[in-house]
Formats: sequence, structure tokens, C-alpha cells
Amino acid sequence: MLFFEWLTIALALPVIPPGRDESELLDGLRKGDEQAFAEAVDRYSGSLLRVAMAYVPSQAVAEEVVQETWMGVFEGLSRFEGRSSFKTWLFTILTNRAKTRGTRESRYVAFAEKTGSEDDDEWGGVDLDSFIQSGSKAGHWIEPPHAWDHGTPERLALSKESREQIEQAIEALPATQRQVITFRDLEGLSSDEVCNILQVTETNQRVLLHRARSRVRRTLAQYVKGDLG
Amino acid sequence: MDKNLKEHLMSYLLGRLSCQDVAEIITEYLEGAMSLSNRIRFHMHLGMCRDCRNYLEQMKATVQTLGKLPPEPISPHVREELLRRFQHWKKG
Ligand SMILES: [Zn+2]
Repeated sequence: MLFFEWLTIALALPVIPPGRDESELLDGLRKGDEQAFAEAVDRYSGSLLRVAMAYVPSQAVAEEVVQETWMGVFEGLSRFEGRSSFKTWLFTILTNRAKTRGTRESRYVAFAEKTGSEDDDEWGGVDLDSFIQSGSKAGHWIEPPHAWDHGTPERLALSKESREQIEQAIEALPATQRQVITFRDLEGLSSDEVCNILQVTETNQRVLLHRARSRVRRTLAQYVKGDLG
Repeated sequence: MDKNLKEHLMSYLLGRLSCQDVAEIITEYLEGAMSLSNRIRFHMHLGMCRDCRNYLEQMKATVQTLGKLPPEPISPHVREELLRRFQHWKKG
């Protein structure tokens, strides 16, 4: 391609600023830069919505919580010191808003009753009916887990059907288990960050994560056996 | 001492884990929160048990799968509303 040809094309293209890193984004927000705000909204709002759904009973309420979270960002921006990542700070604001919201929502009561019984959830994360309970083989698998081949995570993540199965499995979890697995495995936060946000001990966090992952694994195992195996 | 006998003695002394035990403490293992003695028992069990090795791999694959799920974007009307509020905030 001739240089001038290239130049004409290049000049005709809209200027798309390359993705800003977190501190550039924050600078932009503080200056009231609309581009920066739009970029921040596009980068984080999906995650915020997904987390909000673990707190409140409907998509509509979750969307309002996401909006309130961004309002909280405007208010708190000058005080944000960057001791946590921006994303973790957003999640902290979000959980506070979601909890306040939760107590105001009458529907939340029904939701909490439905899913809030995890404190007395005796289930240890593994179903007893997966294991032989008596005799010389006690403690062994009744139906031993199969080997999944190497590309299974990619395949599962790409299949619409398996994504729906995962979503349903996560939705069916008690609220705090859903919150922990969303933060840890969907959003990739560290256990320290999650303990801070949720104000739970490390052990408690791990127990919730264990139960949640065990249930999702079981759903996937059934799916893999039926559809991919 | 006979190697087999030694192994048996070791596992007896360390306390043998069942498959169910392994499944119950697997997250402790993945989180790196396991005591040394439990870690040894865990590895000994895994060394002998293909089923639990598969289970561990399934658990890791589950975590990997979840990490590959991008969030759904927010709806356009929520996005527009947010941008509108930002402009408003900027002026105020
Ligand atoms: Zn085993």
C-alpha cells in the first residue's frame, strides 16, 4: 500500500484512544472527562451487574444498584486513594448499596428467606450419595469422576447451553455462596479482597467457595457426561 | 523393610484419607490453606487413586471455565442514563 493511500485511510478513521490503564482512567474521571467515564462504564458495569444480581432479587433492581454505585463513585472519587484496585473499590461501594437496597426492598425478604439459610446449611459441599456409606468400600466414589479432556473449559465456556447450565447452578446457590463464587471465580478477586468486601473470615470464605464450586462442578459433570462425553 | 509394608505403615501412621475426605478438603488444597500433614496425606491418596485425581482436575477445570465467562454488558438505556447523570454531575 502506498504511504499516502495509507495516510488517507488512517485519517478517515475515527480516533479511538487506546484503552487507558486504571490510573489514566481515574485521572480522566476526576477531570470530568466523558470519554473516560464511558470507558469506565463499559469496562466495569457488566461485572457490577453480575455481582449485584448476587444480592438483589431482580435484574431491574440490580441495574438500579449499578447506577447508584456509579453515583457513589462520583461522590467518593476525590477520597479514593488507590489502596485497593479501582475494581475492588467499585465492588465495595456496590455491596454497600446493594445491602442498603436489600433491606428497603420488601421482595428482598422473600429472597433472603429462600436463599439465606446457608448458615444452617449442613451440607459440606459433597453429596453423601456420591460415596459408599458402609462396608469395606466406605468412603469410595459410587460413580467415579471421569477424566475431562484438556479443552473442556474452553468448550464449556463457548457452549451457550453449558453457560446456561452454569448460570442456573449459580442462581440456585444460597446468596452468600453465590457472592463468593462470583467474586472469586467469575471476577477473579483474591480471597483477601473477598474477605474484606464481605467481612467474613478466611475460613468462612473458603467454606462458602467450596460449597459453591462443588455444586457447579457437579452440574458441569452431568453436562459433560451427557453432551460432550 | 518391604516397600509395600512401609507404605502401608506410613499411611496408617499418617491417617488414610477416603475419597470422600479428599472431596471435602479439596478447596483447602486449592487455596493453599492445608496443613503440611494433610497435604502429605492428600498427595498420598491422589498418588494411589485415579478417581480423585480426576476429581481434582474437574474442580480445576470448573474454576477455569468460570474464569472464561465474560459478563453480559449492561443494557443501552442504563448506559445512556449513566452518561447523562455523569454530565449532570460534572455541571453540578
Ligand atoms: Zn480417591
